[in-house]
Amino acid sequence: MKRLTVTFTAGLMAATLASADPVDDTLVLNGETEIVTRTAPSPVVADVLDEVISGWHYRGTETRAMQADDFDNPGMIFVEKAEDVWNASEGSEGKSCADCHGASEEMAGVRPVYPKWNEEAGEVRTLEMQINDCREDRMGAEPWKYTGGDMVNMTALISSVSRGMPVDVAIDGPAESTWEQGKDLYYTRFGQLELACASCHEENNGKMIRADHLSQGQINGFPVYRLKNSKLNAVHSRFKGCVRDTRAETFAPGSPEFIALELYVASRGNGLSVEGPSIRN
Amino acid sequence: MQLTRRNAILMGAGAILMTGLPLRASAAGEDAIAAFTGGAEVGEGDIKLTAPEIAENGNTVPIEVSSDSATEIMVLALGNPTPPVATFKFGPLAASRSASTRIRLAGTQDVVAIAKLEDGSFVKASTTVKVTIGGCGG
Amino acid sequence: MAEGVKPRVKVPKTASAGEVIVIKTLISHKMESGQRKDGDGNVIPRSIINRFTCDFNGENVVDVTLEPAISTNPYLEFEATVPESGEFKFTWYDDDGSVYEEIKKIAVE
Repeated sequence: MKRLTVTFTAGLMAATLASADPVDDTLVLNGETEIVTRTAPSPVVADVLDEVISGWHYRGTETRAMQADDFDNPGMIFVEKAEDVWNASEGSEGKSCADCHGASEEMAGVRPVYPKWNEEAGEVRTLEMQINDCREDRMGAEPWKYTGGDMVNMTALISSVSRGMPVDVAIDGPAESTWEQGKDLYYTRFGQLELACASCHEENNGKMIRADHLSQGQINGFPVYRLKNSKLNAVHSRFKGCVRDTRAETFAPGSPEFIALELYVASRGNGLSVEGPSIRN
Repeated sequence: MQLTRRNAILMGAGAILMTGLPLRASAAGEDAIAAFTGGAEVGEGDIKLTAPEIAENGNTVPIEVSSDSATEIMVLALGNPTPPVATFKFGPLAASRSASTRIRLAGTQDVVAIAKLEDGSFVKASTTVKVTIGGCGG
Repeated sequence: MAEGVKPRVKVPKTASAGEVIVIKTLISHKMESGQRKDGDGNVIPRSIINRFTCDFNGENVVDVTLEPAISTNPYLEFEATVPESGEFKFTWYDDDGSVYEEIKKIAVE
C-alpha cells in the first residue's frame, strides 16, 4: 500500500507541475545588489555545461522572492546572531573576531576564494577550518562543531558580506591534487542506487526527481536556509544528505573527501555570485 | 519542524483523498469557526486571502489577509491536525486591516480566512493550496 | 527562556505625520508544534510563541494570536499609522512564560 501511495503521489505531482526548466528571472538583492545567477561556464565545466545556473532559478516564485530581501530572508536572523558573536571576546586570549579583523564587512572577498590552499599548514582549508583555526590558535577558544549552529551562523555572516562577488576558487598550483580528488569523487557512483553527483546534477539537471527540480547542485548559495528544516544548512551537511540518499555510507562533514569535493563543486560554479545565506527547499 | 519521509508519504495520501472527495471542514475546524463567530452566519464579501496555488514546501507557506473593514481576521488550515493558524486583531493605529505571515500546511488543503467586520457581521474567503512533496530527503 | 531567541524588526526611522508605514517582524523560535515525536516515539511537547502585539505610544496596532501552524521563526508583516514621534513596542509571548520585547523609535517630521 505504501508503495502504491508513493506511485500515485508521483503521478499526481507530475500532473500538477509542468516544466522543470530553470525559471527566467533576475535576482536583485534589496533592490540594490545584482546577483549573477547564470553565467558562462568556467573552463572546469565548459565541456559539460552550456551555462552555469544557480539553484535559485529552480525554486518557486515565493521562495525566490524571500531571498531577494534581507528582511524576508529568515537566514539573515542567524547572520545577526553571528554578528553578536563576531564582536564578543572569547577564549583564553580574551579576543573577539573583530579585534583582529575589524568589522565583519572587512571579510568581503573571503567567501568567494574558499576552500583555499593554506601554505603554512600545507593543506586546502575550508572556511569552517579557518574559523576553527582562529578560535583555537588566536583566541584560545574551543573549536566549534563542523556543521553546528555557531559555525553555520558564522559562515553565513562571512558569506553575507560577499554577496554579489563572483565565486573564484583557485584549482591550480598546490590545490590541484585536492581538486583532482574532488573531481574523482564527483564522478564516482556511490551506494545501492549507484549514483554519482554527476548522475543527477550534470546529466539530469533541469528534470524532475519525484516532485522536485534537479538543479546543477551549485554551492554558491551556502549556507542555505532550507524551507524543509527551517534552518541554515552547511554544504557538508547537504553533501552528506545526498550521499546518504544514494543509500551509501556517507563521509563525515569536515572529512578530507568532503573538503576535496567542496573545492571541486565550488570551482564548477566559478563566476556565479556568492548568495549565502540563500533560500532553498 | 522537519518533514520526514513518512510524513511526506502520509501527506501524499492526504493529497489523494483531498482531490477525490469534496472538501469539508473538520469537526475541529467547525468548532474553531463557531467559537470565533459565536455561531453567526458567515457570508461572502470584504475579505481577501492570498496564498500560493502551489506551495514549494508545506513548512513555510506565505499568506496574506486583507479587508477594508475587518476588526479581526481568523485564519484556519482545515486539513491540519489542529486547524487554527492565527487570529489578527487590528487596533486603532493599524493603517490597514491587512497582515502577512508564513504558515505550515500538512498537505494539500483549503486555507480559510474569516473576518469579523465593523458592523458585526462575518465573511469568509478560502483558497486551495497544493503542497508538493520533495525530491530527495537531502 | 527558550534558548537563543532573537527578535528582528524593520521600521523606518522617520515618517510624516499620519503616514502609512510597513512593519516587518521576525523572531528566531522553533515553534515546536506538539505534533512531532522524538526518536523514541515520545511526543515532543508544544513550545511556541502564542501571542504577538505591537503598540505605538501605548496604543495598539495589532494583537495576533499564533497557533502551532505558524512556521518556525515566525514572520509577521502589517501596516501602522504614526500620528506623532514616539516608539513602537513589540512583544512576543512564549508558551514557557518568557516575554521578548523590542523597542523602535520613529521621528515624525
